Amino acid sequence: MNMKEDIKNEAASHTPLQGMGSSFINLENDLPGIRGPMQYSPETGKALNELAEILLHDDNNTLSRGEREMIGAYVSSENDCFYCQNVHGALAQHYFECDMQLIDDIKKDYESASISRKLKALLSIAGSVQKGGKYVTTEQVEHAKNLGATDKEIHDTVLIAAAFCMFNRYVDGLNTWAPQDRQVYIERAPMRAKEGYANIDLNK
Amino acid sequence: MPHINVDENLPGIRSLMAFSPETATPMGKLANLMLRTNEGLSMAEREMIAAHVSYLNDCFYCQQSHGAIAACYLNGDTDLVEQVKKDYEQAEISDKMKALLSIAGSVQKGGKHVTEEQIKKAKEEGATDRDIHDTVLIAALFCMFNRYVDGLAANTPTDLSTYPLRAKQIAEHGYGNYIFSIPQPA
Repeated sequence: MNMKEDIKNEAASHTPLQGMGSSFINLENDLPGIRGPMQYSPETGKALNELAEILLHDDNNTLSRGEREMIGAYVSSENDCFYCQNVHGALAQHYFECDMQLIDDIKKDYESASISRKLKALLSIAGSVQKGGKYVTTEQVEHAKNLGATDKEIHDTVLIAAAFCMFNRYVDGLNTWAPQDRQVYIERAPMRAKEGYANIDLNK
Repeated sequence: MPHINVDENLPGIRSLMAFSPETATPMGKLANLMLRTNEGLSMAEREMIAAHVSYLNDCFYCQQSHGAIAACYLNGDTDLVEQVKKDYEQAEISDKMKALLSIAGSVQKGGKHVTEEQIKKAKEEGATDRDIHDTVLIAALFCMFNRYVDGLAANTPTDLSTYPLRAKQIAEHGYGNYIFSIPQPA
């Protein structure tokens, strides 16, 4: 089946239809997902994007941008946040230069996916953080360290997972709307990869 | 024992902020923007939302820290703070605050748990769009802070007498990277 069609069909069958204007509060703009509340509350929006920039886009990091976006996409998938898992899944796909099938495979069952054992160990930690901080075990962390994960990489994995538990709740807790066509997210990813988060133009 | 090598003399999130000051900076900004203003919701109300969510997430460090900060703004009324954390419906707070705490509790479970009925009820009790926005964002932020602290098994002081000292520091000076870069209050 054609990949684009496949993606569209999955989006249509698994996600509730949402439309513009569904937000619980008047955000005074029609922007999708987190961009709505970021425009509504620009000061917190700026700080949230500064955090995203350091965690996901800054190249001063031994985890690749693709790996970090994948952790964000995986946690967003576990939190059932359609907007975030598609934005960050498309970014991971862009950086990995793979097709969306791999991203969907990782989200569904990363243990069976064609990724490094280290990334699997980090996704396991991220999955525990998604359930709650106390779910992370010493064994999980030791396992990741045995596969070469540094303290900084474990720190960043936990904080990225925790940050997406925040972003996802901000997006869905206000009932923001999300484009249902997954191709929209794939087409926007190269721009976000190029421009990063720090100086984001919410209207672009 | 923390999962990573952090300064053992620093408690809770402070040790993690010192480990990663770059990420600590925007997190401090978010805490100041959401918790250090009386616009709409008071600082005491904001800290009570934070303490309640941290209680639901079973994060000892955060619930004690933000409970103690709330108490600073409430003339030391720790009984009220404990009541709000554990059973806000019975607490002597406004109906509007109860409606907002209900929304915060749903956000703690997951964004999609918030219902139109909860929002309608909060608005009927006088909550503005800004109050609801801030409640959702505070609750979401503590779902991050709590996971950051417990996900890395940060040092958690069990001696409750140390929390009011740090709370007084925050009540007087706000949040920011100074909380790990200068000597801890004693």
